[in-house]
Amino acid sequence: MSTEAVPAVADTAVLLDARNVTMQFGGLRAVNDVSLQVRTGEIVGLIGPNGAGKTTFFNCLTGLYQPTTGSVFFDAAPLPAKPRLAVRAGMARTFQNIRLFHNMTAIENVMVGMYCRTKTNAIDAVFRLPRHRREEVESTRRAKELLDFVGLSGSGDTLSRNLPYGDQRRLEIARALATDPKLLLLDEPTAGMNPQETRQAEDLIFRIRDLGLAVLVIEHDMRFIFNLCDRVACLVRGEVLVEGPGAVVQNDPRVIEAYIGSPATQDGSGDA
Amino acid sequence: MELFFQQLINGLSLGALYALIAVGYTVVYGIVQLINFAHGEIFMIGAFGAFATWTIMGRPTGSPVATSLLFILPVMLIGGVVASVAVAVAMERFAYRPLRNAPRLAPLISAIGVSVFLQELVRLFFGRIPGMPDAKSDLAFPSISGISGASVQMGGVLIRASAIFTIGALVLCTVFLWIFVDRTKTGRAMVATSQDADTARLMGINVDRVIVSAFAVGAVLAAVAGVAQGLTVGNIGFRMGFLAGLKAFTAAVLGGIGNIYGAVVGGLVLGVAEALASNYLGTTAWKDVWAFILLILVLVFRPQGLLGAKVVDRA
Repeated sequence: MSTEAVPAVADTAVLLDARNVTMQFGGLRAVNDVSLQVRTGEIVGLIGPNGAGKTTFFNCLTGLYQPTTGSVFFDAAPLPAKPRLAVRAGMARTFQNIRLFHNMTAIENVMVGMYCRTKTNAIDAVFRLPRHRREEVESTRRAKELLDFVGLSGSGDTLSRNLPYGDQRRLEIARALATDPKLLLLDEPTAGMNPQETRQAEDLIFRIRDLGLAVLVIEHDMRFIFNLCDRVACLVRGEVLVEGPGAVVQNDPRVIEAYIGSPATQDGSGDA
Repeated sequence: MELFFQQLINGLSLGALYALIAVGYTVVYGIVQLINFAHGEIFMIGAFGAFATWTIMGRPTGSPVATSLLFILPVMLIGGVVASVAVAVAMERFAYRPLRNAPRLAPLISAIGVSVFLQELVRLFFGRIPGMPDAKSDLAFPSISGISGASVQMGGVLIRASAIFTIGALVLCTVFLWIFVDRTKTGRAMVATSQDADTARLMGINVDRVIVSAFAVGAVLAAVAGVAQGLTVGNIGFRMGFLAGLKAFTAAVLGGIGNIYGAVVGGLVLGVAEALASNYLGTTAWKDVWAFILLILVLVFRPQGLLGAKVVDRA
């Protein structure tokens, strides 16, 4: 394998450091010995054919799955084992299949994302203490700001299930940003989008990076991914096949083979 | 016509009681999809908690109306609420949480077990607590001057003070609940969890804590209902939670289980239907028959309930 060597001492700029992560489900090894680093301010792409283990790898990074072997360090500390603690540590994600709270309005969805960053408890809320009211006002303001940021200014009071598809994808990003993350994991953010929407998504991800976040993005749209990413890793059958700058990965024959199969050999049989 | 309005008032008072209990069923169902059949016992524990508080206060009787209403009753309510919430939280922790990922039938059976356990606990052990009377038979609930036995006459309609208390309590609780669900982050977390618990977890919500607060919210309202029942009927007993719980469950289904405001509407509709039916369609002995016929009709013809939502949703 051609993955870069993992340094023994943590590099301070390294935000996410997944070391030899393996995820086994019964007899199926969905993720096999994957190591990946993401640094602050970096956009890293994760590509690979369907079933390569990309989403499973994401689930290992968000505390949803516990890797069978290997470890994940986040912000120089081991990643907590529970999803909500991983969120608190600064890991946020969106989903391949949109998973908004469909019967809540757009702004409420964003405010749910702030849950882990607000301090008032049920007692403050029941007695309507000033601290609670201040925090509600502040949360509402911040939520509006985030909706503006992703380009959903006018849709705050719309039930999320009534939003157009592309807007739902952007709302998921706003909700993830509301958790105040250091690393944003995007699982196929442009799936089902038209070229214009894809360009807007690209612009949005650059703006998120410019806020000082790191972004790790799974995508099948190659033009999108090679435009966007500083580095790309190609995952095939649970293993990192190639990792490096876009141009290198793009032209690597093994990547091309993984996607469209190997060129026919002389006796006419493609080697799978 | 007077008789009609009399029965309407009686029905609303009874319905408010059902509604207060029904909210507990529906909030918990909305979040963990569990019919908490021990919720009727939480209502009973609330009444006994208030009774015990009154006993600890030295059984104040015949106090001036102002003292009764502004001091004794609120303290009893707090006592009832504390007892109910403590039992509900413990119940969630020890009887339901270990079964969170078990088949749906397991927590249901656990709930029935908890229900029997709590009834027997009160029956056998309430009297062993120093200073408390034996609870093997019904206990007379303390009379609160200004409420117990008091009434106002409007036209030919007699409105008992306990009815005003019950209906007032329901209105107040509904307003608080609305503020809680709609305007607070714990409420929003509850709505989010009821819609998609896994995603809520991935958005940093402490789902365990949300579930505990759902049980606690239901217990607060059930305790208020327990006190209201004591004031209305004049006595309490370890068995009081069974039928009341079953009726409240009917109310929750009637309104659309999982929908908070549905529980309120369902409770009121059930209470009024019961009062009117027992007046016009036979004797009061038949009132439970009408209530459960209504349940069967709803289940057959409108299983999603009157306000028909499957989530804790604004109606």
